[in-house]
Amino acid sequence: MSALSPRKRYEQKERRRSLLIATASLLAVCAALYTLVPKAPGWVAVKRSFFNWAVLEKTFPTLLKAFLWDIAIFAWSLPLIMVLALAIALCRNVKTPALFPLRVFGAFYTDIFRGVPTILLVYLIGFGIPGLGLPRPWNSPYLWGTVALVLTYSAYVAEVLRSGIESVHKSQRAASESLGLTEADTMRFVVLPQAIRRQVPAMMNFIIALQKDVALLSFIGPVELLRQANVYKSLMANFTPYVGAAVIFLCVTIPATRYADYLLAKQHSVRT
Amino acid sequence: MKNRSQKLVLEDVTCRFDELTVCDGINLSVDAGEMVCLIGASGSGKSTLLRCINLLEPIDSGHIWLDGEDISIPGLDPKPYRKRIGIVFQSFNLFPHMTVMQNICLAPTRVLNATVTETHAVAKDLLQRFGLQDKASEYPDRLSGGQQQRVAIVRALAMQPEIMLLDEITSALDPELVGEVLEVVKALKEQNMTIVLATHEMAFAREVADRVCFLDGGKILETAPPEEIFTNPREARTREFLHRLL
Ligand SMILES: Nc1ncnc2c1ncn2[C@@H]1O[C@H](COP(=O)(O)OP(=O)(O)OP(=O)(O)O)[C@@H](O)[C@H]1O
Ligand SMILES: [Mg+2]
Repeated sequence: MSALSPRKRYEQKERRRSLLIATASLLAVCAALYTLVPKAPGWVAVKRSFFNWAVLEKTFPTLLKAFLWDIAIFAWSLPLIMVLALAIALCRNVKTPALFPLRVFGAFYTDIFRGVPTILLVYLIGFGIPGLGLPRPWNSPYLWGTVALVLTYSAYVAEVLRSGIESVHKSQRAASESLGLTEADTMRFVVLPQAIRRQVPAMMNFIIALQKDVALLSFIGPVELLRQANVYKSLMANFTPYVGAAVIFLCVTIPATRYADYLLAKQHSVRT
Repeated sequence: MKNRSQKLVLEDVTCRFDELTVCDGINLSVDAGEMVCLIGASGSGKSTLLRCINLLEPIDSGHIWLDGEDISIPGLDPKPYRKRIGIVFQSFNLFPHMTVMQNICLAPTRVLNATVTETHAVAKDLLQRFGLQDKASEYPDRLSGGQQQRVAIVRALAMQPEIMLLDEITSALDPELVGEVLEVVKALKEQNMTIVLATHEMAFAREVADRVCFLDGGKILETAPPEEIFTNPREARTREFLHRLL
Protein backbone atom coordinates (compact mmCIF):
# COMPACT_ATOMS: atom_id res chain seq x y z
CA MET A 1 0.00 0.00 0.00
CA SER A 2 1.26 3.38 -0.89
CA ALA A 3 -0.35 5.07 2.12
CA LEU A 4 2.08 3.42 4.56
CA SER A 5 4.53 5.70 6.29
CA PRO A 6 8.20 4.66 6.23
CA ARG A 7 7.97 3.69 9.86
CA LYS A 8 4.90 1.51 9.29
CA ARG A 9 6.61 -0.14 6.33
CA TYR A 10 9.67 -0.86 8.44
CA GLU A 11 7.56 -2.33 11.22
CA GLN A 12 5.69 -4.51 8.77
CA LYS A 13 8.96 -5.83 7.36
CA GLU A 14 10.23 -6.58 10.85
CA ARG A 15 7.02 -8.39 11.70
CA ARG A 16 7.25 -10.59 8.61
CA ARG A 17 10.86 -11.41 9.35
CA SER A 18 10.21 -12.49 12.93
CA LEU A 19 7.18 -14.50 11.87
CA LEU A 20 9.35 -16.35 9.36
CA ILE A 21 12.02 -17.11 11.95
CA ALA A 22 9.43 -18.29 14.44
CA THR A 23 7.78 -20.61 11.91
CA ALA A 24 11.09 -22.07 10.83
CA SER A 25 12.23 -22.83 14.35
CA LEU A 26 8.86 -24.34 15.28
CA LEU A 27 9.02 -26.64 12.25
CA ALA A 28 12.56 -27.65 13.16
CA VAL A 29 11.51 -28.60 16.71
CA CYS A 30 8.51 -30.58 15.44
CA ALA A 31 10.65 -32.45 12.91
CA ALA A 32 13.19 -33.32 15.60
CA LEU A 33 10.49 -34.61 17.95
CA TYR A 34 8.86 -36.56 15.10
CA THR A 35 12.06 -38.36 14.22
CA LEU A 36 13.55 -38.74 17.71
CA VAL A 37 10.59 -39.71 19.90
CA PRO A 38 9.71 -42.93 17.95
CA LYS A 39 13.29 -44.08 18.51
CA ALA A 40 12.67 -44.30 22.27
CA PRO A 41 12.55 -47.94 23.42
CA GLY A 42 9.01 -47.83 24.85
CA TRP A 43 7.44 -45.72 22.14
CA VAL A 44 5.45 -48.50 20.50
CA ALA A 45 3.78 -49.40 23.79
CA VAL A 46 3.11 -45.76 24.67
CA LYS A 47 1.66 -45.11 21.26
CA ARG A 48 -0.63 -48.10 21.58
CA SER A 49 -2.00 -47.14 24.98
CA PHE A 50 -1.99 -43.32 24.85
CA PHE A 51 -2.28 -42.31 21.20
CA ASN A 52 -4.46 -45.06 19.84
CA TRP A 53 -6.42 -43.65 16.94
CA ALA A 54 -8.93 -46.52 16.80
CA VAL A 55 -9.79 -46.09 20.48
CA LEU A 56 -10.04 -42.33 20.10
CA GLU A 57 -12.40 -42.62 17.16
CA LYS A 58 -14.65 -44.98 19.07
CA THR A 59 -14.77 -42.99 22.33
CA PHE A 60 -14.55 -39.40 21.25
CA PRO A 61 -18.26 -38.76 20.46
CA THR A 62 -19.30 -40.05 23.88
CA LEU A 63 -16.55 -38.05 25.54
CA LEU A 64 -17.84 -34.93 23.83
CA LYS A 65 -21.34 -35.70 25.05
CA ALA A 66 -20.02 -36.14 28.58
CA PHE A 67 -18.33 -32.77 28.24
CA LEU A 68 -21.79 -31.23 27.93
CA TRP A 69 -22.20 -32.07 31.61
CA ASP A 70 -19.04 -30.15 32.40
CA ILE A 71 -20.40 -27.20 30.51
CA ALA A 72 -23.76 -27.44 32.22
CA ILE A 73 -22.26 -27.66 35.73
CA PHE A 74 -19.96 -24.78 34.87
CA ALA A 75 -22.83 -22.73 33.47
CA TRP A 76 -25.04 -22.99 36.52
CA SER A 77 -22.19 -22.69 39.01
CA LEU A 78 -20.82 -19.48 37.55
CA PRO A 79 -23.75 -17.12 38.25
CA LEU A 80 -24.16 -18.60 41.73
CA ILE A 81 -20.47 -18.02 42.40
CA MET A 82 -20.68 -14.42 41.22
CA VAL A 83 -23.70 -13.60 43.36
CA LEU A 84 -22.31 -15.27 46.47
CA ALA A 85 -18.85 -13.74 45.94
CA LEU A 86 -20.39 -10.29 45.64
CA ALA A 87 -22.36 -10.80 48.84
CA ILE A 88 -19.25 -11.97 50.72
CA ALA A 89 -17.13 -9.13 49.36
CA LEU A 90 -19.76 -6.62 50.48
CA CYS A 91 -19.91 -8.27 53.90
CA ARG A 92 -16.18 -7.86 54.29
CA ASN A 93 -16.44 -4.23 53.29
CA VAL A 94 -19.09 -3.31 55.87
CA LYS A 95 -17.95 -0.33 57.94
CA THR A 96 -20.88 0.13 60.34
CA PRO A 97 -20.01 -1.15 63.82
CA ALA A 98 -23.50 -2.64 64.21
CA LEU A 99 -22.84 -4.95 61.28
CA PHE A 100 -19.44 -6.08 62.52
CA PRO A 101 -20.58 -9.73 62.75
CA LEU A 102 -21.10 -9.68 58.97
CA ARG A 103 -17.50 -8.62 58.55
CA VAL A 104 -16.30 -11.44 60.75
CA PHE A 105 -18.50 -13.88 58.87
CA GLY A 106 -17.03 -12.73 55.55
CA ALA A 107 -13.48 -13.11 56.84
CA PHE A 108 -14.19 -16.58 58.21
CA TYR A 109 -15.85 -17.64 55.01
CA THR A 110 -12.98 -16.65 52.77
CA ASP A 111 -10.36 -18.06 55.15
CA ILE A 112 -12.07 -21.42 55.45
CA PHE A 113 -13.06 -22.03 51.88
CA ARG A 114 -9.79 -20.83 50.43
CA GLY A 115 -7.88 -22.86 52.98
CA VAL A 116 -9.43 -26.25 52.23
CA PRO A 117 -8.33 -28.03 49.03
CA THR A 118 -11.21 -28.04 46.55
CA ILE A 119 -11.08 -31.81 46.16
CA LEU A 120 -11.43 -32.27 49.91
CA LEU A 121 -14.48 -30.06 50.00
CA VAL A 122 -15.96 -31.95 47.06
CA TYR A 123 -15.51 -35.20 48.99
CA LEU A 124 -16.83 -33.86 52.27
CA ILE A 125 -19.92 -32.25 50.81
CA GLY A 126 -20.43 -34.66 47.94
CA PHE A 127 -20.39 -37.74 50.17
CA GLY A 128 -21.28 -36.22 53.52
CA ILE A 129 -24.55 -34.52 52.77
CA PRO A 130 -26.16 -37.19 50.57
CA GLY A 131 -25.09 -39.55 53.37
CA LEU A 132 -27.73 -37.90 55.54
CA GLY A 133 -30.22 -39.95 53.55
CA LEU A 134 -32.16 -37.06 52.08
CA PRO A 135 -35.05 -37.86 49.70
CA ARG A 136 -34.71 -38.01 45.93
CA PRO A 137 -33.79 -34.65 44.40
CA TRP A 138 -31.77 -33.67 47.49
CA ASN A 139 -29.26 -36.48 47.29
CA SER A 140 -28.05 -35.73 43.80
CA PRO A 141 -24.26 -35.59 43.42
CA TYR A 142 -24.73 -32.89 40.79
CA LEU A 143 -26.36 -30.68 43.38
CA TRP A 144 -23.83 -31.17 46.17
CA GLY A 145 -20.87 -31.20 43.83
CA THR A 146 -22.02 -27.86 42.54
CA VAL A 147 -22.41 -26.56 46.08
CA ALA A 148 -18.81 -27.53 46.85
CA LEU A 149 -17.54 -25.71 43.77
CA VAL A 150 -19.65 -22.65 44.48
CA LEU A 151 -18.43 -22.44 48.08
CA THR A 152 -14.77 -22.67 47.12
CA TYR A 153 -14.81 -20.43 44.11
CA SER A 154 -16.99 -17.75 45.62
CA ALA A 155 -14.37 -17.39 48.38
CA TYR A 156 -11.66 -16.75 45.79
CA VAL A 157 -13.76 -14.43 43.64
CA ALA A 158 -14.90 -12.54 46.76
CA GLU A 159 -11.29 -11.76 47.58
CA VAL A 160 -10.69 -10.55 44.04
CA LEU A 161 -13.75 -8.31 44.26
CA ARG A 162 -12.78 -7.02 47.67
CA SER A 163 -9.33 -5.98 46.53
CA GLY A 164 -11.01 -4.34 43.55
CA ILE A 165 -13.32 -2.41 45.85
CA GLU A 166 -10.37 -1.31 47.96
CA SER A 167 -8.44 -0.21 44.90
CA VAL A 168 -11.04 2.41 44.00
CA HIS A 169 -9.62 5.74 45.16
CA LYS A 170 -11.27 7.01 48.33
CA SER A 171 -11.88 10.39 46.76
CA GLN A 172 -14.36 8.64 44.46
CA ARG A 173 -16.46 7.77 47.50
CA ALA A 174 -16.03 11.29 48.82
CA ALA A 175 -17.14 12.74 45.48
CA SER A 176 -20.20 10.50 45.50
CA GLU A 177 -21.13 11.12 49.11
CA SER A 178 -20.60 14.87 48.72
CA LEU A 179 -23.38 14.76 46.13
CA GLY A 180 -25.69 13.34 48.77
CA LEU A 181 -25.73 9.75 47.54
CA THR A 182 -26.31 7.06 50.14
CA GLU A 183 -23.55 4.61 50.96
CA ALA A 184 -25.46 1.86 49.18
CA ASP A 185 -25.86 3.98 46.03
CA THR A 186 -22.20 4.97 46.20
CA MET A 187 -21.25 1.31 46.29
CA ARG A 188 -23.69 0.34 43.55
CA PHE A 189 -23.12 3.12 41.05
CA VAL A 190 -19.62 4.39 41.76
CA VAL A 191 -17.40 1.86 43.50
CA LEU A 192 -18.58 -1.56 42.31
CA PRO A 193 -18.64 -0.82 38.56
CA GLN A 194 -15.05 0.40 38.75
CA ALA A 195 -13.96 -2.48 40.97
CA ILE A 196 -15.52 -5.13 38.74
CA ARG A 197 -14.11 -3.63 35.57
CA ARG A 198 -10.66 -3.56 37.10
CA GLN A 199 -10.87 -7.19 38.21
CA VAL A 200 -12.31 -8.80 35.09
CA PRO A 201 -8.94 -10.25 33.99
CA ALA A 202 -8.25 -11.69 37.44
CA MET A 203 -11.74 -13.17 37.54
CA MET A 204 -11.22 -14.70 34.09
CA ASN A 205 -8.39 -16.76 35.55
CA PHE A 206 -10.72 -18.19 38.18
CA ILE A 207 -13.35 -18.86 35.56
CA ILE A 208 -10.85 -20.89 33.56
CA ALA A 209 -9.75 -22.75 36.69
CA LEU A 210 -13.42 -23.47 37.45
CA GLN A 211 -13.94 -24.94 34.00
CA LYS A 212 -11.17 -27.43 34.74
CA ASP A 213 -12.17 -28.09 38.35
CA VAL A 214 -15.61 -29.25 37.27
CA ALA A 215 -13.74 -32.48 36.53
CA LEU A 216 -13.21 -32.93 40.28
CA LEU A 217 -16.88 -33.83 40.55
CA SER A 218 -16.05 -37.05 38.69
CA PHE A 219 -14.93 -38.42 42.06
CA ILE A 220 -18.40 -38.20 43.54
CA GLY A 221 -20.56 -39.46 40.75
CA PRO A 222 -21.58 -37.21 37.86
CA VAL A 223 -20.65 -38.89 34.58
CA GLU A 224 -18.88 -35.88 33.15
CA LEU A 225 -15.89 -35.94 30.84
CA LEU A 226 -13.22 -37.21 33.23
CA ARG A 227 -15.42 -39.94 34.67
CA GLN A 228 -16.48 -41.01 31.18
CA ALA A 229 -12.82 -41.19 30.14
CA ASN A 230 -12.15 -43.22 33.28
CA VAL A 231 -14.93 -45.65 32.39
CA TYR A 232 -13.49 -46.13 28.90
CA LYS A 233 -9.99 -46.54 30.28
CA SER A 234 -11.13 -49.45 32.44
CA LEU A 235 -13.28 -50.90 29.69
CA MET A 236 -10.65 -50.84 26.97
CA ALA A 237 -7.52 -51.02 29.12
CA ASN A 238 -6.25 -48.02 27.20
CA PHE A 239 -5.31 -44.46 28.24
CA THR A 240 -6.20 -42.76 24.96
CA PRO A 241 -9.60 -41.52 26.32
CA TYR A 242 -7.64 -39.45 28.87
CA VAL A 243 -5.71 -37.83 26.07
CA GLY A 244 -9.01 -37.19 24.29
CA ALA A 245 -10.40 -35.58 27.45
CA ALA A 246 -7.30 -33.40 27.78
CA VAL A 247 -7.70 -32.24 24.19
CA ILE A 248 -11.33 -31.33 24.80
CA PHE A 249 -10.42 -29.30 27.88
CA LEU A 250 -7.65 -27.54 26.00
CA CYS A 251 -10.02 -26.57 23.20
CA VAL A 252 -11.93 -24.51 25.75
CA THR A 253 -9.24 -23.34 28.13
CA ILE A 254 -6.65 -22.15 25.61
CA PRO A 255 -8.93 -19.63 23.87
CA ALA A 256 -10.26 -18.54 27.28
CA THR A 257 -6.73 -18.01 28.60
CA ARG A 258 -5.77 -16.02 25.52
CA TYR A 259 -8.87 -13.91 25.93
CA ALA A 260 -8.01 -13.22 29.59
CA ASP A 261 -4.49 -12.17 28.56
CA TYR A 262 -5.95 -9.94 25.91
CA LEU A 263 -8.24 -8.27 28.45
CA LEU A 264 -5.35 -7.74 30.83
CA ALA A 265 -3.16 -6.26 28.12
CA LYS A 266 -5.98 -3.99 27.02
CA GLN A 267 -6.47 -2.79 30.57
CA HIS A 268 -2.79 -2.03 31.05
CA SER A 269 -2.71 -0.03 27.85
CA VAL A 270 -5.72 2.00 28.97
CA ARG A 271 -4.29 2.82 32.37
CA THR A 272 -0.97 4.21 31.17
CA MET B 1 -23.05 36.38 69.68
CA LYS B 2 -23.21 35.94 65.98
CA ASN B 3 -26.25 36.31 63.85
CA ARG B 4 -26.83 32.65 63.14
CA SER B 5 -29.46 33.25 60.52
CA GLN B 6 -26.90 34.07 57.88
CA LYS B 7 -26.50 31.58 55.03
CA LEU B 8 -23.59 29.73 56.58
CA VAL B 9 -22.15 30.28 60.04
CA LEU B 10 -19.20 28.45 61.55
CA GLU B 11 -18.88 28.81 65.29
CA ASP B 12 -15.71 27.61 67.04
CA VAL B 13 -15.34 24.73 64.60
CA THR B 14 -12.58 22.38 65.67
CA CYS B 15 -11.47 19.27 63.82
CA ARG B 16 -8.72 16.94 64.99
CA PHE B 17 -6.93 14.01 63.42
CA ASP B 18 -5.59 12.13 66.42
CA GLU B 19 -3.23 14.59 68.08
CA LEU B 20 -3.22 17.08 65.23
CA THR B 21 -5.69 19.94 65.45
CA VAL B 22 -6.33 20.82 61.84
CA CYS B 23 -9.16 23.32 62.33
CA ASP B 24 -8.78 25.20 65.56
CA GLY B 25 -11.78 27.24 66.65
CA ILE B 26 -12.83 28.54 63.27
CA ASN B 27 -15.41 31.35 63.26
CA LEU B 28 -16.77 32.47 59.95
CA SER B 29 -20.08 33.64 58.61
CA VAL B 30 -20.98 33.81 54.97
CA ASP B 31 -23.86 35.84 53.58
CA ALA B 32 -26.08 34.62 50.79
CA GLY B 33 -24.46 35.53 47.47
CA GLU B 34 -21.15 36.25 49.10
CA MET B 35 -17.86 34.85 47.93
CA VAL B 36 -15.25 34.07 50.56
CA CYS B 37 -11.74 33.00 49.64
CA LEU B 38 -9.58 30.88 51.95
CA ILE B 39 -5.88 31.40 51.49
CA GLY B 40 -2.99 29.99 53.47
CA ALA B 41 0.03 27.77 53.25
CA SER B 42 -0.17 24.11 52.37
CA GLY B 43 -1.37 22.18 55.40
CA SER B 44 -3.06 25.17 57.01
CA GLY B 45 -6.38 23.31 56.97
CA LYS B 46 -8.28 24.82 54.02
CA SER B 47 -9.35 21.50 52.53
CA THR B 48 -10.27 20.09 55.89
CA LEU B 49 -12.41 23.11 56.69
CA LEU B 50 -14.32 22.72 53.42
CA ARG B 51 -14.75 19.01 54.05
CA CYS B 52 -16.12 19.82 57.51
CA ILE B 53 -18.66 22.22 56.04
CA ASN B 54 -19.79 19.49 53.64
CA LEU B 55 -20.02 17.12 56.64
CA LEU B 56 -17.54 14.77 55.02
CA GLU B 57 -15.36 15.20 58.10
CA PRO B 58 -17.03 15.08 61.53
CA ILE B 59 -16.11 18.07 63.69
CA ASP B 60 -14.91 17.61 67.26
CA SER B 61 -16.52 20.71 68.69
CA GLY B 62 -18.31 23.85 67.58
CA HIS B 63 -21.33 24.33 65.35
CA ILE B 64 -22.10 24.73 61.68
CA TRP B 65 -25.32 26.60 60.93
CA LEU B 66 -26.94 26.43 57.53
CA ASP B 67 -29.80 28.93 57.17
CA GLY B 68 -30.07 29.06 60.95
CA GLU B 69 -30.18 25.30 61.36
CA ASP B 70 -27.43 23.49 63.23
CA ILE B 71 -26.24 20.82 60.81
CA SER B 72 -23.30 19.65 62.93
CA ILE B 73 -25.23 17.88 65.69
CA PRO B 74 -23.55 14.47 66.14
CA GLY B 75 -25.68 11.65 64.81
CA LEU B 76 -27.58 13.84 62.37
CA ASP B 77 -27.97 12.33 58.90
CA PRO B 78 -25.66 14.45 56.72
CA LYS B 79 -27.24 13.56 53.37
CA PRO B 80 -30.05 16.13 53.29
CA TYR B 81 -27.52 18.89 53.95
CA ARG B 82 -24.88 17.62 51.57
CA LYS B 83 -27.24 17.91 48.67
CA ARG B 84 -27.71 21.60 49.49
CA ILE B 85 -23.95 22.17 49.58
CA GLY B 86 -21.98 21.39 46.44
CA ILE B 87 -18.27 20.68 46.63
CA VAL B 88 -15.61 20.33 43.96
CA PHE B 89 -12.20 18.92 44.84
CA GLN B 90 -8.79 19.46 43.41
CA SER B 91 -8.83 16.26 41.37
CA PHE B 92 -10.33 12.78 40.97
CA ASN B 93 -13.76 14.33 40.92
CA LEU B 94 -15.47 12.60 38.04
CA PHE B 95 -16.55 8.98 37.90
CA PRO B 96 -14.32 7.53 35.18
CA HIS B 97 -16.72 4.75 34.15
CA MET B 98 -19.57 7.15 33.35
CA THR B 99 -20.03 9.61 30.54
CA VAL B 100 -20.24 13.31 31.30
CA MET B 101 -24.03 13.10 31.09
CA GLN B 102 -24.21 10.09 33.42
CA ASN B 103 -21.85 11.81 35.86
CA ILE B 104 -24.15 14.81 36.00
CA CYS B 105 -27.44 12.92 36.15
CA LEU B 106 -26.57 10.28 38.75
CA ALA B 107 -27.14 12.38 41.87
CA PRO B 108 -30.24 14.28 40.72
CA THR B 109 -32.02 11.06 39.76
CA ARG B 110 -30.94 9.10 42.84
CA VAL B 111 -31.05 11.83 45.49
CA LEU B 112 -33.61 14.37 44.29
CA ASN B 113 -35.72 11.67 42.61
CA ALA B 114 -35.92 13.81 39.48
CA THR B 115 -37.06 12.09 36.31
CA VAL B 116 -34.50 11.25 33.66
CA THR B 117 -36.00 13.71 31.17
CA GLU B 118 -35.96 16.53 33.69
CA THR B 119 -32.38 15.86 34.69
CA HIS B 120 -31.24 15.59 31.09
CA ALA B 121 -32.79 18.94 30.31
CA VAL B 122 -31.10 20.58 33.30
CA ALA B 123 -27.77 18.95 32.46
CA LYS B 124 -27.97 19.97 28.79
CA ASP B 125 -28.73 23.49 29.81
CA LEU B 126 -25.80 23.68 32.23
CA LEU B 127 -23.38 22.09 29.76
CA GLN B 128 -24.48 24.62 27.17
CA ARG B 129 -23.88 27.47 29.57
CA PHE B 130 -20.33 26.37 30.27
CA GLY B 131 -19.42 25.54 26.67
CA LEU B 132 -19.45 21.78 27.15
CA GLN B 133 -22.51 20.87 25.07
CA ASP B 134 -20.58 18.62 22.66
CA LYS B 135 -18.95 16.66 25.48
CA ALA B 136 -22.12 15.14 26.94
CA SER B 137 -21.35 11.60 25.79
CA GLU B 138 -17.58 11.68 26.32
CA TYR B 139 -15.85 9.75 29.08
CA PRO B 140 -13.79 11.84 31.54
CA ASP B 141 -10.43 10.48 30.38
CA ARG B 142 -11.13 11.95 26.95
CA LEU B 143 -11.44 15.46 28.40
CA SER B 144 -8.74 17.97 29.25
CA GLY B 145 -8.16 18.75 32.93
CA GLY B 146 -9.93 22.07 32.57
CA GLN B 147 -12.95 20.45 30.93
CA GLN B 148 -13.03 17.82 33.65
CA GLN B 149 -13.12 20.46 36.37
CA ARG B 150 -15.85 22.37 34.56
CA VAL B 151 -17.88 19.16 34.31
CA ALA B 152 -17.31 18.61 38.03
CA ILE B 153 -18.70 22.07 38.69
CA VAL B 154 -21.66 21.40 36.43
CA ARG B 155 -22.27 18.11 38.23
CA ALA B 156 -22.38 19.89 41.57
CA LEU B 157 -24.63 22.60 40.13
CA ALA B 158 -27.08 20.04 38.77
CA MET B 159 -28.05 19.39 42.39
CA GLN B 160 -29.12 23.03 42.60
CA PRO B 161 -27.03 23.68 45.70
CA GLU B 162 -27.35 26.81 47.78
CA ILE B 163 -23.63 26.98 48.49
CA MET B 164 -20.64 25.89 46.44
CA LEU B 165 -17.39 24.86 48.10
CA LEU B 166 -14.45 24.89 45.71
CA ASP B 167 -11.19 23.37 46.90
CA GLU B 168 -8.21 24.45 44.83
CA ILE B 169 -10.02 23.42 41.73
CA THR B 170 -7.31 24.80 39.47
CA SER B 171 -4.16 23.65 41.23
CA ALA B 172 -3.92 20.36 39.31
CA LEU B 173 -4.29 22.14 35.97
CA ASP B 174 -1.79 23.33 33.40
CA PRO B 175 -1.51 27.11 33.57
CA GLU B 176 -3.27 27.65 30.25
CA LEU B 177 -6.34 25.77 31.50
CA VAL B 178 -6.73 27.71 34.74
CA GLY B 179 -8.42 30.67 33.06
CA GLU B 180 -11.37 28.75 31.62
CA VAL B 181 -12.20 27.26 35.03
CA LEU B 182 -11.90 30.57 36.86
CA GLU B 183 -14.24 32.10 34.26
CA VAL B 184 -16.85 29.58 35.32
CA VAL B 185 -16.39 30.52 38.98
CA LYS B 186 -16.76 34.17 38.09
CA ALA B 187 -19.95 33.43 36.20
CA LEU B 188 -21.29 31.58 39.26
CA LYS B 189 -20.59 34.56 41.44
CA GLU B 190 -22.35 36.85 39.02
CA GLN B 191 -25.41 34.60 39.36
CA ASN B 192 -25.29 35.24 43.10
CA MET B 193 -24.13 31.81 44.16
CA THR B 194 -22.74 31.66 47.69
CA ILE B 195 -19.18 30.45 47.29
CA VAL B 196 -16.38 29.42 49.63
CA LEU B 197 -13.20 28.92 47.67
CA ALA B 198 -9.81 27.65 48.81
CA THR B 199 -7.21 28.85 46.38
CA HIS B 200 -3.59 29.63 45.67
CA GLU B 201 -4.64 31.99 42.84
CA MET B 202 -4.11 35.25 44.69
CA ALA B 203 -4.79 37.44 41.68
CA PHE B 204 -8.15 35.75 41.22
CA ALA B 205 -9.00 36.01 44.91
CA ARG B 206 -8.16 39.67 44.81
CA GLU B 207 -10.30 40.26 41.75
CA VAL B 208 -13.53 38.49 42.67
CA ALA B 209 -13.65 37.73 46.39
CA ASP B 210 -15.86 39.74 48.70
CA ARG B 211 -13.75 38.68 51.66
CA VAL B 212 -10.49 36.84 52.08
CA CYS B 213 -9.62 34.68 55.08
CA PHE B 214 -6.01 33.87 55.87
CA LEU B 215 -5.61 30.48 57.53
CA ASP B 216 -2.55 29.53 59.49
CA GLY B 217 -2.16 26.42 61.61
CA GLY B 218 -5.91 25.72 61.54
CA LYS B 219 -6.89 29.21 62.70
CA ILE B 220 -8.32 32.11 60.75
CA LEU B 221 -5.73 34.74 61.54
CA GLU B 222 -7.27 37.51 59.53
CA THR B 223 -10.41 38.22 57.54
CA ALA B 224 -10.67 41.31 55.36
CA PRO B 225 -11.81 42.57 51.98
CA PRO B 226 -9.25 41.60 49.33
CA GLU B 227 -7.90 45.12 48.78
CA GLU B 228 -7.12 45.43 52.43
CA ILE B 229 -5.57 42.03 53.01
CA PHE B 230 -3.43 42.14 49.89
CA THR B 231 -2.19 45.71 50.24
CA ASN B 232 -2.15 46.24 53.96
CA PRO B 233 -2.41 43.03 55.98
CA ARG B 234 -2.84 43.47 59.68
CA GLU B 235 -1.00 40.34 60.80
CA ALA B 236 2.71 39.77 60.39
CA ARG B 237 2.08 36.14 59.38
CA THR B 238 -0.19 37.21 56.57
CA ARG B 239 2.36 39.68 55.35
CA GLU B 240 5.03 36.99 55.46
CA PHE B 241 2.85 34.52 53.54
CA LEU B 242 1.89 37.01 50.86
CA HIS B 243 5.43 38.25 50.63
CA ARG B 244 6.74 34.75 49.90
CA LEU B 245 4.25 34.37 47.07
CA LEU B 246 5.19 37.57 45.31
N1 LIG C 1 -7.47 12.26 56.82
C1 LIG C 1 -6.45 12.84 57.48
N2 LIG C 1 -5.82 12.20 58.47
C2 LIG C 1 -4.79 12.78 59.15
N3 LIG C 1 -4.34 14.00 58.89
C3 LIG C 1 -4.91 14.70 57.91
C4 LIG C 1 -5.99 14.15 57.15
N4 LIG C 1 -6.38 15.07 56.22
C5 LIG C 1 -5.57 16.13 56.41
N5 LIG C 1 -4.70 15.91 57.41
C6 LIG C 1 -3.70 16.86 57.91
O1 LIG C 1 -4.36 18.07 58.16
C7 LIG C 1 -3.55 19.16 57.83
C8 LIG C 1 -4.31 20.13 56.96
O2 LIG C 1 -4.60 19.52 55.74
P1 LIG C 1 -5.45 20.22 54.60
O3 LIG C 1 -5.54 19.26 53.47
O4 LIG C 1 -6.71 20.71 55.18
O5 LIG C 1 -4.52 21.44 54.24
P2 LIG C 1 -4.70 22.49 53.05
O6 LIG C 1 -4.68 23.84 53.67
O7 LIG C 1 -5.85 22.14 52.21
O8 LIG C 1 -3.35 22.28 52.26
P3 LIG C 1 -3.11 22.32 50.67
O9 LIG C 1 -2.97 23.74 50.31
O10 LIG C 1 -1.81 21.57 50.50
O11 LIG C 1 -4.25 21.64 50.01
C9 LIG C 1 -2.30 18.60 57.17
O12 LIG C 1 -1.24 18.68 58.11
C10 LIG C 1 -2.66 17.19 56.88
O13 LIG C 1 -1.53 16.37 57.01
MG1 LIG D 1 -6.07 21.40 50.21
